[in-house]
Order: sequence, then structure tokens, then C-alpha cells
Amino acid sequence: MTAQISFRDLTLGYERHPAVHHLSGEVAEGALLAICGPNGAGKSTLLKGICGALRPQGGSVDLHGVSPRDIAYLPQGAEIDRSFPISVYDLVSMGLWRRAGLFGGIGRRERVRIEEAIAAVGLDGFESRPIGSLSGGQMQRTLFARLLLQDARVILLDEPFTALDAKTTADLVDLVGRWHGERRTVLAVLHDFDLVRAAFPDTLLLARQPVAWGPTAEALKAENLLKARHMGEAWQADAATCPVAA
Amino acid sequence: MTPYDALIAPFVEFEFMRRAVVGVFALALGAGPLGTFLMLRRMSLTGDAMAHAILPGAAIGFLLAGLNLYAMSLGGMVAGLLVAVGAGVVARATELKEDASLAAFYLISLALGVLIVSLRGSNVDLLHVLFGTVLGIDDATLLLIAGITTATLFTLAVIWRPLVMDCVDPTFLASVSRSGGVSHIAFLALVVLNLVGGFHALGTLLAVGLMMLPAATARFFVRDLSALVALSTLIAFLSGLVGLLVSYHLGTPSGPSIILVAGAAYGCAVVFGPAGGVLSRLLPGRHLEA
Repeated sequence: MTAQISFRDLTLGYERHPAVHHLSGEVAEGALLAICGPNGAGKSTLLKGICGALRPQGGSVDLHGVSPRDIAYLPQGAEIDRSFPISVYDLVSMGLWRRAGLFGGIGRRERVRIEEAIAAVGLDGFESRPIGSLSGGQMQRTLFARLLLQDARVILLDEPFTALDAKTTADLVDLVGRWHGERRTVLAVLHDFDLVRAAFPDTLLLARQPVAWGPTAEALKAENLLKARHMGEAWQADAATCPVAA
Repeated sequence: MTPYDALIAPFVEFEFMRRAVVGVFALALGAGPLGTFLMLRRMSLTGDAMAHAILPGAAIGFLLAGLNLYAMSLGGMVAGLLVAVGAGVVARATELKEDASLAAFYLISLALGVLIVSLRGSNVDLLHVLFGTVLGIDDATLLLIAGITTATLFTLAVIWRPLVMDCVDPTFLASVSRSGGVSHIAFLALVVLNLVGGFHALGTLLAVGLMMLPAATARFFVRDLSALVALSTLIAFLSGLVGLLVSYHLGTPSGPSIILVAGAAYGCAVVFGPAGGVLSRLLPGRHLEA
């Protein structure tokens, strides 16, 4: 087993308050890992730390040769300006940025790939629709098509199935399974334990500090969940400096 | 009056009218796309703030070198770029949002400009900068405007993709590339350049009008980005052309005439525009089958 992501005593946070506190461990290459935990447990923060959007306050993240810019990252409730006049096709084609850049042509091969990605998420016929006219589920499908085009070795998903119906969720979970089959490393923040148990072999249960990390059935045992619930949401305005040496 | 007398004769007979129309055409080429992006990025008032930021720089240039095209342009550009880049950097590097940091910077610039002017004890007629003289455009000014327009179109071609991506999904662009910040600051610099080019013809405040009014008008007719850019450029040019003719025939000042023509087009679009205008909302037609 080769590691794809290694956390070394990682502390991430905002204004010196840690949201992820002293996390150590490794995510194997090709792993399909669910990240669970109560609100405020540092799940989104951890993803931001991995893709480089947030600098560690202590410790480090090692991506083993993958550049943070080659990670495909789908943030929670992505801040997309839905009123901007752009089509589904153009939004999806943004996934080619790392290859095309400023001037790179979008030729016949790229167009085929864009169309395949749109078809893979079940949006055939929506290519020229403005993104402002999409439903929530269609928008999420569009973003998954863009992720497909990014063709990344490491994929981070932050609550990707929130507010989606069963059919859309099932379709997108299938895509995640496909990535897993292609030995890509996928980390997803999720709240639906049934879904996690059904589709994710491994789980990291986080409550600022790791509560459990391992095979899903093991990590999501009732005693661990109870422990996580008690540890969450401990932001204190007058917190003292952490005594653990950096 | 024959149509020839009304529409063609002024340009055939007077060189200053021909220069004016060429100048307005060049300005429209830059103002169309820039105005469209300012509107789509919800930065419509940013142009106005920039215009204020340029004013003191131009006034300082005037103080040092008199009514000199290059001194005033350079002063305006320096002041405008300092404000644009400073505000952009503060917005990206700190928690302060773009509008607040821009307001802070342009107010400082404006106050500083007024202070310097008053210290020099000279009574600069800022009105000259506020309202330009489109009918007094000489060769040097025309070249300056054309140069700015050329640079603008080239730069826009280079930063087009990151600029669009930064508008639609800034988080995504930031996750795959660092070009978001660079393209944003380049875009603000282009706005400053074009306002400087525009102030000789229309004055700083009205130069913003040639960017924003046509863009806002076009939004009521088309929804596609390329179409928006093309249509707002066309509207900007037509406003300039019609405004010049109105000013010629009625003897009104040219700058305000041009902007008022653009304003009239905007007024019509608000009422009759098929894409979200007042009438299309009041009389939406029967709903469709699917």
C-alpha cells in the first residue's frame, strides 16, 4: 500500500483557533474515504487544508508528488454565480483548464471528452442551457461532469449529495464508485451514515481530533459516534495557547 | 433639413466632427467589453469610484505641466492604478471585501489630490477634467485613445478565460490556478486605462457612462456573454454617434449629450427589453407545455 496523502501532526484553523487539531495518519492511494463528524468538527477545513486553500497552523500535509492544483476539489455549496450568462457546456469545459490554460485550443478530441462527461452525468441535451436555468440536482451533475474532465488522481468532495434526491444521489455515487475503480483517491465529507456504510469502505470520524479512522463498520460504531458528538463545537473565545509542542 | 444635412454633412464639413466620431468609436470598442464585465461582476459602481480616483492624479499632472495631454494622462493612470491595484491586493490578501477596500483607497486618493491642489495654491479648474472636450480631440489624443483601445483588446484576449472563470466560480479557479488574482488586477488596470482615455473626450465621470449604460442596456436584449459584449459595444458607438449629432444640431455640450443618448437607450430597454424588461414581466404570455 502506497500513501497518497499523509497528515503529520496537522493543525488547521481560523484566527489561531484550531478546527482540526493534531491529526496524523495516511490515506492510501486509491482509497475511498468518507469523512464524518458533527457540524464544526473540521471536515471542510481538512479538505481545504489538503488542497492548499488553507495553510496549516502546525504540522503538514504531504501529497506525495501531486501538486495541490492537480487536485479536483468540489467545495460545499460551491460559490457559483448562477446569474452569469454561461452554458452548461462552457462550465463543464473549465475542467480542462490544467491542460488548455490561457490559449490551449479546445479541439475535436477535447470536445468529444466534454460531451462524454456531460453524457456520463446524464445531462445529454442540456449542453447549451444557461446555468441559471438548472435545478439544484442538475447543477450538481454539471459540477461532477467538470470533475470528470479534471481527470485528477485525488478528488475531494465536500457534502456532494446534500439536498439531492435519491436518483441523483445514486447516479453520482455510481460515478464515485467508478473513480474508485480507476484507483483514484477520493475523500468525501458526508452526513448520511447509511450511504457511507453502503458505498465507502473506509471512514475518518472527526471531531476536531480524529475519533476513529478505519473500516467504516468499525469507525461508525455507536460508541464512537457518541464520543464525536461530545467533542464537537468547542470554539472558545478565550482559549489558551495549545500546550502540545509544535 | 435633408437626411444628408442631418446625418452626413456635419462629418463631411468639419474635421473636428470626424475626429470625434473616430475617438468615440475607439472608446466604444474598449468600453463595451469592460462595461459588460463590470456589470456581470456586480462592480457597476467600481467604475465610478475609479473615475474619482483618477481625478486627483490628472489634477496633479495639470498643476505640474499645465494642460498637457501626457502629464494629465500619466497622473490619472498612476493614481488610478495605485487605487485599483491597492484595493485589489487588500481585498484578496485580507478579510476586507473588494467594495470596502476600494472605497477606502479612492477616498484617500481623492482627499490627497484635493490637499495637494490646495497646497499649491492654484485654482485648478477641475471641471475641465470632469467634462472633457470631445470636439477638441487632436491627433495626439486620438493616438492615445487608439493605443489604449488596442492594448485593451489584446489584454482582454489574453485574460478572457480566467476572467470568465473568476466571475462564475472563483473558488474553482483558485483551486486550479493562480491566474484569478492576476487577471482581476489586469482587468481593473484596463478599466483605469480606458477611463483615462475617455476623460479627454467625455470627462472622467461621463467616461464611466459609456461603459455602464450600454452594458446595462444590452442586458435587456441578450443573455449570452459574447452577444452582450458585441451589443454593448454597438450601443456605445451608436450613442456616441447620435450624441455627437444631437450636440452639433442643438448646440449642447457633447459629453453629456452622448451619455444622455445612451441613457435614453437604457430607458427604452428597461421598459421594452425582451429579456426581463418591465413589459416582458407585466405581460409574460401564456405558460408553455414543458
